[in-house]
Amino acid sequence: MARQSALRKERPQKESPQAPATAQDLDRLIHERMRLGLVSALAVNDSLTFSDLKRLLQTTDGNLSVHARKLEDAGYIACAKSFDNRMPRTDYRLTAAGRRALERYLSHMEALIQAARER
Amino acid sequence: MHAHAMDHLRYIRETMEGAASFTAVPGFGGIAMGATALFAALVAAEQPTPQRWLVVWVVEGCLALVIGVVAMIRKARSVNVSLFSRPGQKFALGLAPPMLAAALLTVVLYNQNMVVLLPGIWLLLYGVGVVAAGTYSVKVVPAMGFCFMLLGAAALLAPAGWGNWLLAAGFGGLQTVFGIIIARRYGG
Repeated sequence: MARQSALRKERPQKESPQAPATAQDLDRLIHERMRLGLVSALAVNDSLTFSDLKRLLQTTDGNLSVHARKLEDAGYIACAKSFDNRMPRTDYRLTAAGRRALERYLSHMEALIQAARER
Repeated sequence: MHAHAMDHLRYIRETMEGAASFTAVPGFGGIAMGATALFAALVAAEQPTPQRWLVVWVVEGCLALVIGVVAMIRKARSVNVSLFSRPGQKFALGLAPPMLAAALLTVVLYNQNMVVLLPGIWLLLYGVGVVAAGTYSVKVVPAMGFCFMLLGAAALLAPAGWGNWLLAAGFGGLQTVFGIIIARRYGG
C-alpha cells in the first residue's frame, strides 16, 4: 500500500505542450538519477541484462532491483526472466512509453536550459 | 536549476555513450579486405624471395587499412554514430597498440632474417587487437578476434611453408566470413 502511494506520487504528470517548462513539469519517475541512468542505458540497446545494468550503473543488486521495479510498474521498461545454463537471467528493455518519457524529459531539460538563458 | 539541468543532460549522454556498442564495424569492408587478402596470397605465393613476399603483404596491409577506415566512416554515417564517440575511441584504443606492435615486430624480424615468423605474429596480434577492440562492439567482433588468435597460434606452430596459406585463411577467409555475418546482422 505504501509502495503504491509512493508510486502514485511519482507517476508522470500530464503535460501541456504549450505551457512554459518548469521544474514541476518534470517526470519525477525518471528524474531520479539511478532511474534516469537505467532508462538512458536501455535507450541505446535493444535489451540489457541485470548484470549489464549493474556494471554500467555501478550499483548494488538491491538498489537496481528497487529502481527497475518502479520503472516496470510505470510501464517504462519491460522485464523478461529466463535461464542461461541453469542460471537465472533477467533482461530489461525500454518500452515505447519509456522511450516517449525519456524524450519528453529531454525536451523539458532543454526547455529549462533555454528559459534560464533567456532570463 | 540551469546547472542542474545541464548536469542531468551530461549524465544522460555519458550513460548512453557508456552503454552503447560500437556498431560501425563494417561488414562489407571486411568482405572487401578479405577479397584483396586472397588475391595478395596468390600473388605472394609466386614471389621468388622473402623480401618480395613481404612487400606484397605490406602493400596488402596498407590497402586493407585504407579499405577498413573508409568502410568504417561510411558505415558510421549510415547508422548515424560518431567514430569519435566513447565506444569508437575505446575501439581504436583496443586495436591500435597490437597493430603498432605488429608493425614494429615486422621491421625487427625482417632485419633478423626471421620473416618466417611473421604470418603467425600478424594473425595473433590482429586477433588480440580485434578481441580488445571488440569488447566495445557487437559480440561477433571479439569472436572473430579469437578465431584469428587460434589461427595465429597454428601458424606459429605449423611448418614454415604453410604461413602464406594460413594468412590467406585468416585475412582472406575469416575476414570474409565474419564480414558477411556482420553485414547481414548489423546493417552493412
